[in-house]
Amino acid sequence: MHLREIASKLSAEQYEKNFSEIEPALPPRQAAIESARCLYCFDAPCTAACPTHIDVPAFIKKILTGNLQGSAREILSANILGHSCGRVCRTEVLCEGACVMLEKGEEAIEIGRLQRYAVDYALNNNIRLFQPLPSNGKCVACVGAGPASLACSAELAKWGYDVTIFDRKENPGGLNTYGIAGYKLRAADAIRETELVQQLGVKFRQRTEVGRDISFSQLEQQFDAIFIGVGLGETWSLDFPGEELGGVCGAIEFIEQTKIQPFEKVEVGRRVACIGAGNTAIDVVTAARRLGAEIVYMIYRRSELEMPAFAYEYELAKKDAVTFLWQTQPVRVLSSNGLVTGLECIRTELGPVDAKGRRTPLPVPGTEFTIEVDMVVRAVGQQPITEFLRGVKGLELNENGTVRINDHYQTSHPKYFAGGDCTNGGKEVVDAVAEGMAAARGLDTWLGSSRDGARNR
Amino acid sequence: MADLTVRFAGISSTNPFWLASGPATNTMGQAMRAFDAGWGGVVWKTIGEPIVNTSSRYGAIDIANVKMMGFTNIELISDRPIDLNFREIAEVKKRYTRQLVIASLMVESKRKSWHEMVRRAHDAGADALELNFGCPHGMSERGMGSAVGQVPEYTEMITSWVKEVAKVPVIVKLTPNATDITRIAQAAERGGADAVSLINTINSLIGIDLETFTPRPDVGGKSSHGGYCGPAVKPIALHLVASVAKTLKIPISGIGGIGYWNDAAEHIAVGASTVQVCTAAMHYGFRIVEDMIDGLSQYMDAHGYRTIEDFRGRAVPNIEDWGDLDLNYKIVAEINHDLCIGCQLCYVACEDGAHQAIAPHNTSSNGKKNPRGFGVHVPQIIEEECVGCNLCALVCPVENCITMKRVDAGRESMSWKQRSQDNQACSPPMPSGD
Repeated sequence: MHLREIASKLSAEQYEKNFSEIEPALPPRQAAIESARCLYCFDAPCTAACPTHIDVPAFIKKILTGNLQGSAREILSANILGHSCGRVCRTEVLCEGACVMLEKGEEAIEIGRLQRYAVDYALNNNIRLFQPLPSNGKCVACVGAGPASLACSAELAKWGYDVTIFDRKENPGGLNTYGIAGYKLRAADAIRETELVQQLGVKFRQRTEVGRDISFSQLEQQFDAIFIGVGLGETWSLDFPGEELGGVCGAIEFIEQTKIQPFEKVEVGRRVACIGAGNTAIDVVTAARRLGAEIVYMIYRRSELEMPAFAYEYELAKKDAVTFLWQTQPVRVLSSNGLVTGLECIRTELGPVDAKGRRTPLPVPGTEFTIEVDMVVRAVGQQPITEFLRGVKGLELNENGTVRINDHYQTSHPKYFAGGDCTNGGKEVVDAVAEGMAAARGLDTWLGSSRDGARNR
Repeated sequence: MADLTVRFAGISSTNPFWLASGPATNTMGQAMRAFDAGWGGVVWKTIGEPIVNTSSRYGAIDIANVKMMGFTNIELISDRPIDLNFREIAEVKKRYTRQLVIASLMVESKRKSWHEMVRRAHDAGADALELNFGCPHGMSERGMGSAVGQVPEYTEMITSWVKEVAKVPVIVKLTPNATDITRIAQAAERGGADAVSLINTINSLIGIDLETFTPRPDVGGKSSHGGYCGPAVKPIALHLVASVAKTLKIPISGIGGIGYWNDAAEHIAVGASTVQVCTAAMHYGFRIVEDMIDGLSQYMDAHGYRTIEDFRGRAVPNIEDWGDLDLNYKIVAEINHDLCIGCQLCYVACEDGAHQAIAPHNTSSNGKKNPRGFGVHVPQIIEEECVGCNLCALVCPVENCITMKRVDAGRESMSWKQRSQDNQACSPPMPSGD
């Protein structure tokens, strides 16, 4: 990336400090105190609110009694990515949002941190929690090594399937490894978590791109069924002049840079504009600030009220002293000698409510203004990988480019199942896990229900 | 303004709060700091032939976030020379004239030894004597402490020896480790005791280390049974104080689980004139007495009690035999929909642990939402099944959310004793060899 002015480099210690985990691990005494606060609700609302339905009171009770191994098993049997979910889940709108303590007028139980406490114990002590059933002689390929595929493959492996994951990246983990701000989840931790899946016997073929290194028809020949968990692709473009410049990039692509190389090597402008106000946009602006950018703008067409990012995420950006430009729409990127020099914007007013219930932003003529920036990041969502998916003969896509599935997560091609962002259009890690697991059940039923054996054990 | 002074077996205490004989009353420095903090009396750590203690000595159980809910010790009586203890008592008495120093004594069960000990206590200026017939560990193996207090005859005999020479009030400290504490208390009274104090600690094993299988407290891989005390023992203490209050005429100093003014007030309500505190002072220091004095005064003022005597023993007449309780008094539980947080602990407690009288939340039963928009699962009482046992109200984490309302519609009271008379039933069956 060529930038007119780059942010001053920070000291190694400063980078470490800036990207240290915002939610440090609970010390044992604090975990004991927090777990003792849990009321052990019957038919607990937190469990119902979790897409993977982790039995929250059960695992917290086990922390209280010192049965950390049992606690980790409780979590990971419901959600093999309990480690990353404990860190990145938006718990305020899931388990912790449903916590009865809120109605009592107290702080919700810190379920996410307690979950991490238990799972960290199992990971740090290399405890094997699951014993797969003997081989059932069937083999399944999972395309992509992100949360959906990891969850699907772990379930299948437990039931005796021979599972191989094909993934084009250097390391497994998908967006957990490459697409989540480092201060929430380090790449190393995301990669370490995939060892839980490896322990179950799942084979990982990294740097293997389906459609290039191995064809779909080869997969169909070699495997009894195939799960597609490829997520989404590149960030949508905005079709405004100057987008093709070197100093303009997508959010996912920018975050990935912060995850795969040392912080001092990541190129970031002295002044950065981020377009969009979702949770990924928050990751971008906070990462830019923490990498040393002096002025970071967050530009959104609608107002603060319509902002898609969660309140907790918004707070992070505020604390990082990000400048918010509400009701502002980018018009074009300004440049000089191929380098980004600024962004021309226009003010909007909010018009009638659209089909999604949000007010439509309308540009107000004559309100154009320019901000000086060295870099522009688009954080307006990822596009589906339709080109790639069309490689499967008979695979039907929805209008928005996501894979069409039935209630059992089976696609229009009976041998293919799918789940995660490529079917839901982009949700949270925990949703991908829940869908990957549901797809595993659908796939297993289609192949003759080996999981009955697991139930009876 | 409430008057907290107490007349107790002929001596006067500025307030009913005494430090019980124990680690907190081992030295002159502690006694003086306790008086400075506001304690009305100090029962000196039991004086006798100096012993050698173990290391470690204490153990505790924590309940969830509450530390030292129950506490145990295997510490013995004072390990300091008898002479030093009495010299210090004399020094404290010189400096503090209004506060009481009660000498706790324990010697071998010989008349001469007891006479000698009482004489030395007098010489030191002790305001009263407390005979330690209660220590359940260590000393009992040597024929002292609870080895005396568990046998009415020994209790009476030694008490009478002491009374032969005592010029100050004699308090006999009772052990709860007896089948019927009232028989021991009566023996003390027969021996001439001016008062009793109870309870001493309860024999216990506080816990086992599951890695080493050593009970706590660990003394080089072994342990021994110890004396249990702390907040957890208050219910046992209240029952025994009340039983003794119903039986004896002499005053009682209540001990067991007192950490706050209200614990003390409960002891007083079941008949104690003064109260003694040990574990709470070991946990938080002497300053806890500040709120004991303040809180009790506030309580008495609010209720119009001018002196301790105005409410002392007021609960005793309300402690009846089960057979005298009214079987027609009926209450049922009521859940406050607005206060309910939806934990459903009441439901599962009633369903699994009691009388199946609560229906779980069902989606149609209400539309209550929590601050983040999640549904609140309010269960429902099935009134016709509710036996009024209190369990739901006890498990409910929200104050006043579940209350018990009266539904007996004023039916005439009927006790089990009355009912069995009406049915011509005779006295309860006794074991018989026939």
